[in-house]
Amino acid sequence: MELSGAEIVVQALKDEGVEYVWGYPGGAVLHIYDALFKQEAIQHILVRHEQAATHAADGYARATGKVGVALVTSGPGATNAVTGIATAFMDSIPMVVVSGQVPTPVIGSDAFQEVDTVGITRPCVKHNFLVKRVQDIAMTMKKAFYIAASGRPGPVVVDIPKDVTDPDIKVSYVYPATIQMRSYMPVERGHSGQIRKAVDFMMQAKRPVIYTGGGVVLGDASENLYKLAQVTGFPVTNTLMGLGGYPATDQLFLGMLGMHGTYEANMAMHETDVLIAIGARFDDRVTGKIAHFCPHAKIIHIDVDPASISKTVRVDVPIVGQVNNVLEDMLRLIEEMQRKPDVKALSDWWARIEGWRSVNCLSYLPSDQVIKPQKAVDALYQVTREMDFYLTSDVGQHQMFAAQFYPFDKPRRWINSGGLGTMGFGLPAAMGVQQAFPEATVACVTGEASIQMCIQELATCKQYDLPLKIILLNNGYMGMVRQWQEFFYDGRYSHSYVDALPDFIKLSESFGHVGMQVTNPADLEAAYREAFGMRDRLVFMDIVVDPEENVYPMIEAGKGHHEMHMSPYLSSERELA
Amino acid sequence: MQRIIAVLLENESGALSRVANLFTARGYNIESLTVAPTEDPSLSRMTIVTRGDENVLEQITKQLNKLIDVVKLMDLTEGPHIERELMMIKVRADGGVREEVKRMSDIFRGRIIDVAANQYTIEMTGGSQKLDAFIQVLGEECIIETVRSGVMGIARGNKHLV
Ligand SMILES: Cc1cc2nc3c(=O)[nH]c(=O)nc-3n(C[C@H](O)[C@H](O)[C@H](O)COP(=O)(O)OP(=O)(O)OC[C@H]3O[C@@H](n4cnc5c(N)ncnc54)[C@H](O)[C@@H]3O)c2cc1C
Ligand SMILES: Cc1ncc(C[n+]2csc(CCOP(=O)(O)OP(=O)(O)O)c2C)c(N)n1
Ligand SMILES: [Mg+2]
Repeated sequence: MELSGAEIVVQALKDEGVEYVWGYPGGAVLHIYDALFKQEAIQHILVRHEQAATHAADGYARATGKVGVALVTSGPGATNAVTGIATAFMDSIPMVVVSGQVPTPVIGSDAFQEVDTVGITRPCVKHNFLVKRVQDIAMTMKKAFYIAASGRPGPVVVDIPKDVTDPDIKVSYVYPATIQMRSYMPVERGHSGQIRKAVDFMMQAKRPVIYTGGGVVLGDASENLYKLAQVTGFPVTNTLMGLGGYPATDQLFLGMLGMHGTYEANMAMHETDVLIAIGARFDDRVTGKIAHFCPHAKIIHIDVDPASISKTVRVDVPIVGQVNNVLEDMLRLIEEMQRKPDVKALSDWWARIEGWRSVNCLSYLPSDQVIKPQKAVDALYQVTREMDFYLTSDVGQHQMFAAQFYPFDKPRRWINSGGLGTMGFGLPAAMGVQQAFPEATVACVTGEASIQMCIQELATCKQYDLPLKIILLNNGYMGMVRQWQEFFYDGRYSHSYVDALPDFIKLSESFGHVGMQVTNPADLEAAYREAFGMRDRLVFMDIVVDPEENVYPMIEAGKGHHEMHMSPYLSSERELA
Repeated sequence: MQRIIAVLLENESGALSRVANLFTARGYNIESLTVAPTEDPSLSRMTIVTRGDENVLEQITKQLNKLIDVVKLMDLTEGPHIERELMMIKVRADGGVREEVKRMSDIFRGRIIDVAANQYTIEMTGGSQKLDAFIQVLGEECIIETVRSGVMGIARGNKHLV
């Protein structure tokens, strides 16, 4: 088959089974856009800002497990995409971003819309390529998809100068069926001796904790994680990225750990003697002060990326491999060797955990005057729990309230930016999810500050009939910033009040959507039912919540797990929700 | 602790920047870095001299290995190895000291590779400490210009990187 460079790009995407491409045209990618125009297998979704193209592709990838694809032009197109690329990089999301570049003869001459895309993105991609010859496009695309999806996933940028996609220069096209790279060979299976050693530690544990993260979700290992927990009876805690990796409504689940984790999860971390870390990377929001982290524990760590192991916390039993394979081997070993945990010790341990649990650390002071953000999330759960439901989030207090109060029972249902904490992520990510699952109910929980960072995407939602539900927990503040200013800056709310808010109802309507405002707690559930009843409309719910609610518990940066700030209401005599 | 890491990487544009970028982005030290293509033109070989505690050095090797362009690497300091550095040094050599400079150069097994009225240019190879020592012996007043290649290393015996 003789194809031009532009046609090869599109054909390679088809050969990778790509269904959707989120993008925005411009000079350097016009040949590619022309090739897209002439086919129907791939649907291109025109966003309103390149940041949204990357977030949408990212949301799609998180929900489906497939590689998300974005297409942007050179210069400002590429720089606009950088935030989304970095977001995907920090959370290990498989993504391929094709960017146009100025023609090869003028590279380096400060040509119109030239930036060094490969240079700018280098620190926030898993890998990137500049394709200088049309003959190299097919192989480069193959490598890009392979690298993005295998091992520890991540974004890959393929930068293609305009002359390389010239419609008049055709070369023969064969898409490589398989690929082998001498310089990149991700580990698949864990070392059997190490797995055996891990099982030994686990079966002798008196106070074990299973701590799992995004790797379980990314590696589709939830079922085997569930089996491991059920076989051992060990308590399980998830990172923010790991939520849904273990069913939140299960008895063994302690909730999220870390900075805004539950009392029981963090106390269990503090006292555990054997920590089984699975697909989690000991982030500083999770560990708190390293010197105080799990002071009594032997640590087992399963991760596909050797560099994640012993990066911040030294571990005793490192196991490098795909989490699902390792768990499978581990389960087989436990069964074959008829290994049993220390039941007596476990029952004492659980008694201790139940004591911490009974503190009800997530309780808050209910109100019939003002909507509490916690209540708003809880009511959301009550209304959507039976639905085929996905929740994306922006960044801030609303994100934490959602993580704490919406129990996710399945993986890939909770979609948020954890590592980079990118405000503006929620709405475009939800577009990607809805595109992948048109029949599912997709909502985005957000704040009045975050939503304004990619608000233009309401137009994309209109154009492509994406009936998202936007759950704006409107506290009038950059709540997360205000909370830190309240705690650590004596209440000096420097530039954290979100003034001059638009009328969100009118704003939604002007984009052709339905807008709603809810101010009374008594109306909350009915409002949700009404909104979620509108199956084919985007409904923007401006939910006016308590302006000064805080997220508890909270571990200050630099403190240990046992040094949580608890809600001040816990010790009060008042009736808590 | 000082370490010498030998890295074999794809000889592609950008591969060097990836390594350099990694060191700056993660705040690792580079004392020297040399790179050139090998007998297989698709591969380059790099020698990196770095410094850090045990944890940092472990991360450095892991992070280097993680770079897609890196094919293989070896910590030369873990076993017996040979290190060499090349230096060219232009020194004042007038009147009374001209003979003395030549004698010093001979003692250090340098070679005079260029001569001018009042100057010599000396080529010298050896371990970095030997080159340092030569510079010290000559003294600042005497030195006009120096250029050093940075350390290259190779393992002794039948251990090898490829
Ligand atoms: C406002 C805010 C507050 C936050 N508060 C908290 C908090 O209280 N608690 C909290 O937990 N987080 C919190 N975070 C998130 C935090 O910043 C990190 O993003 C998060 O803790 C990292 O999660 P993780 O360890 O699961 O790692 P991820 O970033 O999900 O990394 C996954 C790990 O698994 C590995 N992996 C990937 N795929 C596989 C596979 N197939 N097999 C094996 N291993 C694999 C990767 O190599 C990596 O090491 C907060 C973020 C924000 C923005
Ligand atoms: C792009 C970006 N800029 C700044 C921040 C810092 N930041 C974190 S949370 C937050 C406030 C978010 O406010 P809002 O969206 O209203 O959510 P709330 O905390 O009020 O729920 C800010 C500014 C960020 N995470 N991302
Ligand atoms: Mg707010």
